[in-house]
Amino acid sequence: MPFIQNTDADRAEMLAAVGVRSIDELFEQIPAGLRVEQPIDVPEGISENELWAELNELASWNSTAEKGSFLGAGLYRHYIPTVVDSLQGRHEFVTAYTPYQPEASQGTLVAFFEFQSMVAELCGMEVANASMYDGCSAVAEAVLMSTSITRKRKRVVMSAGLHPHSRRTVRTYLGATDLEIIVAPLGADGRTDFDGLIDDQTTAVVVQSPNFYGVIEDQEAVAAAAKDAGAISIASVYPIALGLLKSPGEAGFDIVVGDGQSLGVPTAMGGPSFGIFATRNEYVRKMPGRIVGQTVDGKGRRGFALTFQTREQHIRREKATSNICTNNALMALRGAIYMAAAGPEGLREVAEHCMAKAQYAADAISALDGFELPYAASGFFNEFVVRCPAPAKLVNRAVDAAGMIGGLVISDHVEGIDERDLLIAFTELTTREQIDLLVKTLSSISQTVSVG
Amino acid sequence: MRPDDRKYLSSHEWIKIDGDIGIIGITDFAVQELCSGNESDLVYCDLPEAGRTVDTGETFGEIESVKAVADLNAPLGGEVIEVNAAIEDHLEILADDPWERGWLIKVKLSAKTSDDLIDAAAYEALIAQEA
Repeated sequence: MPFIQNTDADRAEMLAAVGVRSIDELFEQIPAGLRVEQPIDVPEGISENELWAELNELASWNSTAEKGSFLGAGLYRHYIPTVVDSLQGRHEFVTAYTPYQPEASQGTLVAFFEFQSMVAELCGMEVANASMYDGCSAVAEAVLMSTSITRKRKRVVMSAGLHPHSRRTVRTYLGATDLEIIVAPLGADGRTDFDGLIDDQTTAVVVQSPNFYGVIEDQEAVAAAAKDAGAISIASVYPIALGLLKSPGEAGFDIVVGDGQSLGVPTAMGGPSFGIFATRNEYVRKMPGRIVGQTVDGKGRRGFALTFQTREQHIRREKATSNICTNNALMALRGAIYMAAAGPEGLREVAEHCMAKAQYAADAISALDGFELPYAASGFFNEFVVRCPAPAKLVNRAVDAAGMIGGLVISDHVEGIDERDLLIAFTELTTREQIDLLVKTLSSISQTVSVG
Repeated sequence: MRPDDRKYLSSHEWIKIDGDIGIIGITDFAVQELCSGNESDLVYCDLPEAGRTVDTGETFGEIESVKAVADLNAPLGGEVIEVNAAIEDHLEILADDPWERGWLIKVKLSAKTSDDLIDAAAYEALIAQEA
């Protein structure tokens, strides 16, 4: 089938309309030496069936996540129960845009009310919104929100362990303000060193735990230091880890944010995702985004409606809590279904598997000659940094040759990082065989390097 | 006629000056605009804590109805020395008596005057246009 679907008759008509006799005459002004005279050397067309066979053959050469993937760094490959796809794909959900009219959308509103309740419970907070774009924008929105609570303070202190994309998003959001951003460095143990950086001019203190390098931060200490200075404390979390770790609410944080991808959304080459956002009741009127509330209708029956809309941009314009325009509702719906399907017990089980597999790998890798786990002593969840005896890029090539996807070469994303540092992650989908193959691959590198 | 013992802002706040103290509230017209005659439509009022300093014209709080949120602006600046604690739980006071019991904050004035202040007659003329 030709890509340009005009017939010979169509073409003759068009040529006649512009007053030339042939295609060659039409292109006459292009110098002869620049015109392609020979047919272009590409294969003849093949049928769709043959094409699929050929593409599948080519694809089978790839290293794939199914064969093993150790890439995390913010997005994590978790098992997605079938119920997530099957419910999310219902036409009532997928065909509606901004389906928030209470008279027509009780189903969607109930789903988001449940979503908010589960996010709040997971984070140990009192209230959550009906999601944000993703984890990075949720962090930045939290920083903005802190400025409207503390007023007139000058500085935001964020951890160097915050995901580099989150740090960039905060810089973008604050670019047009007078706020100064201070990055608190990581200590030798991989935890953030906030010492001497938080004072009475600090608007917000932002920390991620586990941080970008996989290290579990001392959350209580960070929240307490912020509180002492009258600053807002913000924790960025990995929701799956909350199946096991103490909630940031218990640790004393004011705002909890995170990327929701791990809750039922495929990694899908980076998106779409959704963000979670939870806080304390006292700050609910400062919270950005959509919030679903429970109410009663004219006959006293329980129902749901968006609330605090008076603070959103379509009403409050430049004084709105935020200029965020959507909440990736369909992805958040997947999160709601995932959380409901897993339940607290299920989340705990997933988290235990992740942690156990990472621990199994850490024990094996740290026993290899030349490989170090520089921050492991500080505690990790499902991800950690390996300092390899060779550049991390080369290590990844060896993992690829074994058919698997390696970790993140950190120095490609963060300046000043040792090029030998590789960030590797494990989930319940990582098998023991895959970890053993990874360790075997690393071990061969270790021997190559020591032999020279 | 609105009380002429005080000054007004075109954004519908009033200030009554007593020595170096300024008492600040909002007008009946502001309340009317926010809740369209249905006082239960007022849902929230955010006031500053005593001790905070506000500048002339600065937003010191906000008042919310089911349909809108409006800023509360300081007619004159100074240190907030007292906040009407009854308002938060009894927003109906603002509808019942915006001039006396419905005051919002008391300020120890650091500014004595502002070009934005207008008297009761000018305020009447202004809202006659808006209404």
